[in-house]
Amino acid sequence: MTHDIPRTTPRKSATFDDYTLSEIRRAAVTGIYDIRGAGAKRKLPHFDDLLFLGASISRYPLEGYREKCGTGVTIGARFAKRPIELKIPITIAGMSFGSLSAEAKEALGRGATLAGTSTTTGDGGMTPEERGHSKILVYQYLPSRYGMNPDDLRRADAIEVVVGQGAKPGGGGMLLGQKISERVAAMRCLPAGIDQRSACRHPDWTGPDDLEIKILELREITDWEKPIYVKVGGARPYYDTALAVKSGADCVVVDGMQGGTAATQEVFIEHVGQPTLACIRPAVQALKELGMHRKVQLIVSGGIRSGADVAKALALGADAVSIGTAALVALGDNDPALEAEYNALGTTAGAYDDWHEGRDPAGITTQDPRLSKRLDPMRAGRRLANLLKVMTLETQTIARACGKSHVHNLEPEDLVALTVEAAAMARVPLAGTDWIPGQGSRQ
Amino acid sequence: MISYNIAERGVRALNERLHKLGRDTNERHFLVRDPRGAHAIAVGVDQPVLIEIEGHVGFYCGGMNNGAEIVVRGHAGPGVAENMMKGSLRVTGNASQAAGATGNGGLLVIEGDASSRCGISMKGIDIVVGGSVGHMSAFMAQAGCLAICGDAGEALGDSIYEARLYVAGRVTSLGADCIEKEMTPHHLDKLARLLERARINADPRRFRRYGSARKLYNFDIDNADAY
Repeated sequence: MTHDIPRTTPRKSATFDDYTLSEIRRAAVTGIYDIRGAGAKRKLPHFDDLLFLGASISRYPLEGYREKCGTGVTIGARFAKRPIELKIPITIAGMSFGSLSAEAKEALGRGATLAGTSTTTGDGGMTPEERGHSKILVYQYLPSRYGMNPDDLRRADAIEVVVGQGAKPGGGGMLLGQKISERVAAMRCLPAGIDQRSACRHPDWTGPDDLEIKILELREITDWEKPIYVKVGGARPYYDTALAVKSGADCVVVDGMQGGTAATQEVFIEHVGQPTLACIRPAVQALKELGMHRKVQLIVSGGIRSGADVAKALALGADAVSIGTAALVALGDNDPALEAEYNALGTTAGAYDDWHEGRDPAGITTQDPRLSKRLDPMRAGRRLANLLKVMTLETQTIARACGKSHVHNLEPEDLVALTVEAAAMARVPLAGTDWIPGQGSRQ
Repeated sequence: MISYNIAERGVRALNERLHKLGRDTNERHFLVRDPRGAHAIAVGVDQPVLIEIEGHVGFYCGGMNNGAEIVVRGHAGPGVAENMMKGSLRVTGNASQAAGATGNGGLLVIEGDASSRCGISMKGIDIVVGGSVGHMSAFMAQAGCLAICGDAGEALGDSIYEARLYVAGRVTSLGADCIEKEMTPHHLDKLARLLERARINADPRRFRRYGSARKLYNFDIDNADAY
C-alpha cells in the first residue's frame, strides 16, 4: 500500500530560500529591481565578533565615576584654520533633505547639538532648518551638486567631499518621484515628480590628482577655514585612505556596507562593498604608513549601534564614528508602537525599509506633510541626544575598564576576536590564542 | 585698476583680497598677470568686479563665481566657471573638459572650442561656445542654455532634463533621451538674444534645437536598453 511508505520531510532549498523565491516572483511580476533603504541586512562579521579583555594584573582600570576618561575629538587641524571640536566621538552621518523630512533633519540637528557633536547634510543641499538647529554642520559636496552654492559652503563648519558610501560604493543617489515635492524639486533644480538618479561620479574631476585640485579650490573658496573630509565607501579602504590623504584631506570617512542609504537597489546594498569591520585596519594602516594617524582623522560608519561598537571602532584606530540608521531609530523609525501601520504597508516594525516610497508612518523618511508633522523635532531630537549620551557613557565604561584616560587610548591590544573571520579582519587574536590569521602570532 | 602678478604673489593672496571686497568697494577692476596655468584663480568671488586674466589658467578658474565679470585672455583648464551662480566668464581661447559644470546661473562664453562634458549637470547657466564641443556635453543638463556654434561630439545631451541645446554645426550623435525639437520663433528669439549677450557673431537661423524627450523621467523596464 503506497500510503504506508514513509515520506521524507518536505525540505526547502538553502539556495532557493523563501526570501529568494519571493524576490524572483516579485521581479517576474514587476519587471524592476527591488529598491529599498537601509544597509546590508545579511549576517556579516561585525563588532559583535570582538570582545574587550578589560583590566588584569598587568593592566589596571580607572575608577568608573571618579577618574576622567576624555571623549573630545578635534577634526581638521591638518590644514583648516578652524578645526571643529566635538565633545563626543560620535557624529551624525549625511542624510539628505528629500530622503528625510524637514522635521527629521531638524531633529537630527537638535539632537547632535545637545550632545555636542556634528550633523551632516546630504544629496539635496542645506536647509535653513538644518543649519539653524545644528551647531556644527558638515556640508556634503556630492557628484550631483544639488543645491550647491558658495554661501552655504561658507555657512558650513566643514565640507565633506563624497566619493562613495558603504551601501553603494560606485553608485549615485536615488530619490523616486513620490518624494520629489515642489520644495525638494526646487532645491535640486529638477521637475517635480520625476525619478531622480544622481550621478555616481563627480562632474569635474576624476581620480586622486584631480581631487587634490578640487580640494584646493574648495579651500580657496572658503579661505582655508573649513576642515575638508573625504568620504569613501568600504571598497578599497587602504588605497582610498592613502589617496585621500595624498589629495589633502583633513579627515577620511570610511563607510562599510552596513551603512544605510535612503534608496538603492537591493542587489547593490547586499553585494557590493566590504563589511565595516574589514575596512578599519587597512585604513589605519594607510594612515600610519604615511605618518598621518591622529593627524588626519578617521571616521568610521556602517552599523554602529552602541557604545561597545564605538569603543571597538576606536580601539581599531578610528578617531570617531558616524551613525545614521541608529539615529533614525532614536527619532522613532521602525517603532513597534506603529505596528498596525507597518502591517498596512505589508511589513512589520523592525523590517520597514521602503523608505523610498515616502509613506513612513513615523514621519521621518517622507515628504508627505500629513506624515512628517507627526514627528516632533524637539522630542525626537531629545531622544537622539539621549542615545548619543548613552553611547558615549558606554564607550567610557569600556575604556575605563581597559585603564584608558581617553577613549582614543583604546588599542587593538585590548581586543580579541570570537571568530577566525573577525580575527583576520580586525587583525586581533582569536580568543584564547595568540593567533591572528594572516599575521602570525601577536608577538 | 589693481594689478596682480600670480607668479610673484600666488593665488591665495589674490583670492583672499577678492573675498574681502565689500559691497561698496572702490576696487572694481583687477588685472591678473602671469597666471602660468595656476588652479582656482578668482574662485568664489561675490562682488560685481571686473577681473581680467592675461594668460592661460588651470583648473576651476572662476569656480562658484557669484557676480564678477571675469575674462581669461588665453586657454582655460578643466571646470572653468564650475557651479557659477551669477556674473560672467569669458575665455578668448579654448576650454578643457567640464566647462561650466553644474553652473546655476550667469553666462559662460568660450570663443574657441570646449572639450568633453561641456555644461555637464548645468542647472541654469547659459553657455555659448564659439567653436565645437567634445563628447558627452550637456550630460544630465538640468536647466539653462548651451549654444554651440560649431560641432558637437558623441552623446550630446545624454540623460538631459530641462536644459535647451542649440547647435549650428554637425552633431555626431545624441545621447539617451535627447531629441531634436522644433526651432520655433520663440526659441529663435531666445537664441538671438543669447548670442548677442555673449557678443558672438553667429546667425541664429543656422542652429538646430535639442532637448529632452522626457521618456526617462520615470523608470520603465521597457526603456532599460536606453541606459
